[in-house]
Amino acid sequence: MKNESIEFIMTGRRQRHRRWILVTSSLAVLSFILCCAMLLLGNTIYPVMDVIRALSGEQIQGASFAVNTIRLPRMLAGLFAGFAFGIAGNTFQTMLRNPLANPNVIGITTGSSAAAVFCIVILHTSGAIVSIASVIAGLATVVLIYILSRGNSFSIGRLILIGIGIQAMLGALISYLLLVGAEQDLPAAFRWLSGSLNGSEMHELPPLMLSVFICTPIVIMLGKHLSILELGEQSATSLGVNTNKTRIMLIVSSVCMISLATATTGPIAFVSFLSGPIAKRLVGVGFSNVIPAGLVGVNLVLAADLIGQFAFVARYPVGIITGIIGAPYLIFLLIRMNRRGEL
Amino acid sequence: MNSSSISKIKKPSLNTPRNFTLVLIICFILLGVCVFASLVLGSRLVGLNEVIDGLFHSNIDSYEANVVRKRISRTVFSLLCGAALGVSGALMQAVTRNPIADPSILGVNTGATLFIVCGIAFLNISTANEYIWLALAGSAITAVFVFGIGSMGRSGATPIKLVLAGAATSAALSSLVLAIMIPRSHVMDEFRFWQVGSVGSGNWSSITTFIPFLIIGILIAIISAPALNALALGDDVATGLGVRTGILRLFAAFSAVLLCGAATALAGPIGFVGLLSTHVMRLILGPDLRFVIPMSAISGAIILTISDVVGRLIGSPGELEVGVVTAFIGAPILIILAMRSKVSSL
Repeated sequence: MKNESIEFIMTGRRQRHRRWILVTSSLAVLSFILCCAMLLLGNTIYPVMDVIRALSGEQIQGASFAVNTIRLPRMLAGLFAGFAFGIAGNTFQTMLRNPLANPNVIGITTGSSAAAVFCIVILHTSGAIVSIASVIAGLATVVLIYILSRGNSFSIGRLILIGIGIQAMLGALISYLLLVGAEQDLPAAFRWLSGSLNGSEMHELPPLMLSVFICTPIVIMLGKHLSILELGEQSATSLGVNTNKTRIMLIVSSVCMISLATATTGPIAFVSFLSGPIAKRLVGVGFSNVIPAGLVGVNLVLAADLIGQFAFVARYPVGIITGIIGAPYLIFLLIRMNRRGEL
Repeated sequence: MNSSSISKIKKPSLNTPRNFTLVLIICFILLGVCVFASLVLGSRLVGLNEVIDGLFHSNIDSYEANVVRKRISRTVFSLLCGAALGVSGALMQAVTRNPIADPSILGVNTGATLFIVCGIAFLNISTANEYIWLALAGSAITAVFVFGIGSMGRSGATPIKLVLAGAATSAALSSLVLAIMIPRSHVMDEFRFWQVGSVGSGNWSSITTFIPFLIIGILIAIISAPALNALALGDDVATGLGVRTGILRLFAAFSAVLLCGAATALAGPIGFVGLLSTHVMRLILGPDLRFVIPMSAISGAIILTISDVVGRLIGSPGELEVGVVTAFIGAPILIILAMRSKVSSL
């Protein structure tokens, strides 16, 4: 009798594990296909062999420049930024137990974006200073929102409202900086207000890549604790999770990733909001959806960028495509939460 | 409407807020200061003599006098827009019985923007008169949509639900606005400036287009104020006091949309003025809408004009659009309101 029920649970677990592996590997395959598409497609479509040879360093007339200088940085920026947005968004959503509480809605990305704009447009710096400033600004925004929303007792609703207010202020600040810096040309404005992969350059990428390589393992390791945190503060404490330490570690590593991604591509709208819920729906409950969320983020960014580049007569920056996909989903989610009385 | 019956009930104690006269005087002084500042300050400073020349001696044709004349229409326009936005915010707060309501927070501005951009892109519309009707349609549809989403579920329209519905709708609509604008460079050139919200485009013809809407909107607001006071006690109590809540809401919302739609059509989406002006007045005068509604027209005018002057000064030699300034000074009010509210009411 007892063995039977254990057997039953184990079978279910094995099935879910199999589903997890299946979903994750198909997401990875899809990401790979999209990456290849990013390298192959463009104004001129070079033969596959030429692209591979150009990547391996051979000089080929035309192909080398197009692939190595334009398409490869664009693809890598999309890849790493998407991964970072996906993982960080999922972490916040899981930690605060509300899909609306993600860096995009509560203004963390806007904070990093404002710092990056300030450094680039006003101080005319680039590289390490921009990265450091955007991470600090991201963390400062988190701390500010947390302090302001603490009050007598903590509530997610209050946190989200305050986040929306802060986002409005920082958005105004960005508009001001773009005006003062006399850099109100549209590509720059789009990049800092809704996110774009246009003009990504190779030398901008290392900080983002480094943070993804360092922070992803941390988030995965703490991922187990994260799923316990999801049960609520008290249950987590009684199960032996040091909630404060876990939380701080998670917040710092997610903010690092998301700030550096924002400093590289601008705040690509809604990717951090969409990835977590989509991954959860695909994977199901019971297993960590850190990696699937990251992969969903990659797929969203790359697919949206390809759509923006090639599906229409005009070229759209990636943030507008993700905005058009993401905002209706946000409305749908709100309707569902309202119906169930979750807000 | 049943306003007369309500005011009869309240007549024995039509208690004017104690400091009302004082507040009124201060407001008018501030208004005067604003108007003066708006005429004098800017990327080019003009002296008092030139202001007088520009105002009263139409035969003098100096450069400064012309600058002042240009600034007169701009100032009048910003006063009118500010008044419209202030009243619109007060009405939206009263109708939704929710302290966090403002044309921009509820996404109504973005609805108007989308309709206008569509009109320019697909219907080749280019006059202020036509903008206004499109903006009104857009605002009305968005307002209904946002309120519909926000009031779903058992707990009704709570602030957090309305704000989120507004933010989500606004995000969706502004993506669409950009998607329509990007491939059409003529639309973009014309409307990038307008899209941030600016009163710099105000001239006498837009003022004359605007005035009828302003008068109708503010009249409806003042007439329905006593009944809205009753509504603040709750739908049941209001019905008990003889207010037909459905019709009242319809009229008040109509006037709110009229005011903010017209202002948006002519000046572009300007946020947070309604929120700021209404809450300042409520803080000083108390909750009685018979005083708050007219006074938030005045304070809205003051706030928008000051913001415009600030935008001209810090953006010099160009100018910072007034929508950016109002967002920066108005958003903290949203934060303070969220901090103060009890958890249960969120």
